[in-house]
Amino acid sequence: MYLKKEYLYEHDQPYKVMPGPEGYVIPAAASMGVTLPDAGGGLLYGELVTEDVAMEEIARRLLTDPNPTLHPGPLVIWAWNEHAIEKARAVIGIAAEIPDLMIIPMADYRPRYPKVDPEEMINPNHPNLTIWHNKEGICVFVGVHCHYANLTLKMIRAGTNCCTVALCAEQGHEDAMLTVRDCDAAKLWKLAGVIKRVREKMGIPAPTAAPTGGFGPVDHKKIVVHTPEEWARIVESARTGKNFAMAKAVGVPPELGRPEGAI
Amino acid sequence: MSLDYVKVSPGFEKYIAKEYRDFVEHGPFGKKVSVSQVGTFKEALEEHPMCAGCAMTLFIRLAIIAFPNPEDTITVGTAGCGRLAISQAMIPFVYGNYGDTNAVASGLKRGLMTRFPDKYKDVVVMAGDGGLADIGFSMMMHSWFRREKFTTIMLDNEVYGNTGGQESGMTTRGAVLKMAPLGKKFDKIDMPQLAKTAGCVYVATVVPNNPRRVESVIKKAVLIAREVGPTYIQAYTSCNIEYAIPTDKVMEDANNVEKDRYQFQEYITDEAKQYLADKWGYSEYKKKEIPGEVKA
Ligand SMILES: Cc1ncc(C[n+]2csc(CCOP(=O)(O)OP(=O)(O)O)c2C)c(N)n1
Ligand code: SF4
Repeated sequence: MYLKKEYLYEHDQPYKVMPGPEGYVIPAAASMGVTLPDAGGGLLYGELVTEDVAMEEIARRLLTDPNPTLHPGPLVIWAWNEHAIEKARAVIGIAAEIPDLMIIPMADYRPRYPKVDPEEMINPNHPNLTIWHNKEGICVFVGVHCHYANLTLKMIRAGTNCCTVALCAEQGHEDAMLTVRDCDAAKLWKLAGVIKRVREKMGIPAPTAAPTGGFGPVDHKKIVVHTPEEWARIVESARTGKNFAMAKAVGVPPELGRPEGAI
Repeated sequence: MSLDYVKVSPGFEKYIAKEYRDFVEHGPFGKKVSVSQVGTFKEALEEHPMCAGCAMTLFIRLAIIAFPNPEDTITVGTAGCGRLAISQAMIPFVYGNYGDTNAVASGLKRGLMTRFPDKYKDVVVMAGDGGLADIGFSMMMHSWFRREKFTTIMLDNEVYGNTGGQESGMTTRGAVLKMAPLGKKFDKIDMPQLAKTAGCVYVATVVPNNPRRVESVIKKAVLIAREVGPTYIQAYTSCNIEYAIPTDKVMEDANNVEKDRYQFQEYITDEAKQYLADKWGYSEYKKKEIPGEVKA
């Protein structure tokens, strides 16, 4: 592994990508010598490992850290195409294995000022607000474009003590503490299987309640989104693929005609 | 053409924030909305961090409502107050460096035309008078000389608002500003005239206190830019902070300025008129048949 000389002189050991808070302006892990894994690999706190090792640790932490949270990004949350829907299915499969999970989407990247509502959204320009508000011990990003993952992961490492996981569709992300590369739907289902196996090995029962939203702004209780029955139906259709149809079509195709109301 | 990208993936419909659900159900994508319907649909721009009462915000809000196909529009902006609001709209926004908006928009538009040859993808530059008439002047003019097919909208508050009140080329002669205490020494640049000379096929000047007119000129400018050539809109969007206009007098000021130096002007080439008539059904531009004329 290539190591930045200054760092080695100072610390005499490789740079580790660990939960922070690391400081106000932190280095990009790549500039500290952390490299991306080859196919079949992953990163464990900055160290190259096999995908299986990374997945085991992701599973262990998701099952033991407080307030585990999934942050599906635009490439999962919006039904752009069949591929996005297939990934959404697999993410539901992962969610179904983790007790006490929160799901808080990153629906887009636009700046949100004067404020975000951290119980129902995370924004890449100030993700720490959502992490703090919901006291997230571990958070998982999936379907977030690289350039905003860069920003988000660094800000979380800089200002919070949350463990970050990047389930990346490309080469993995060196600024996440735990990452697996090439996360298509099949790889995500594999992770769901690993979480199930680790959960059973640890004697943790399968969750029955649905994942919640974040902590409500007034009563600070987790926002209930689905009844257990509703959630069971969603999980069943995600697992079988039956009735996992496209969401209701919204809007009509914009016909090429003079816009109504034009003067 | 489908609008799959405004559907939430199955299973996540209730996890996505309410405002996105509202936008999916009641937003303007794929529909034709008008400023007269404000309040009956979810707008693409709602929250922003600009000063209370800023007329620029009102104009930007109206402009975004007026986009003919907001779901296929990309805005380009730069440093300056306007981007604070434009970037928060539910429409992709590209932040050009201060000065290079029209170069960025040129490349973007050409790329979109190559990538989506069968579809209109509208590119709209919205930037301040400093960003366009001063530092961005050369790139703006050259985009017009090259007849790049996108719309440029100048948010003309006649000052560098975002940096505390320096004069711009669009400031009026004699104006004294916080950071121009001696008063401006030369006239406001006649940008509409330059736009015509440089090849814009549609040019209009507006103030924000006439929403229907703002809507009308923006729709025309965006539609014409799809196929005919560059279009330019110059909007008076006062800076109530730097010109010390009390919030409740902002519209009154716009009225006065409209009478003084911002009368409504609209320039449209014959080619653009014909395009609007033939392609988009603008009856006012349909060629009137001359009685007795013999058709070939
Ligand atoms: C290359 C460069 N020079 C200077 C600046 C500093 N700057 C930021 S905003 C601004 C003035 C903006 O004025 P204008 O374009 O008129 O927009 P307004 O804020 O008035 O809407 C300046 C000079 C910059 N961001 N980039
Ligand atoms: S400084 Fe002026 S132009 Fe900028 S937001 Fe405030 S009022 Fe508007």
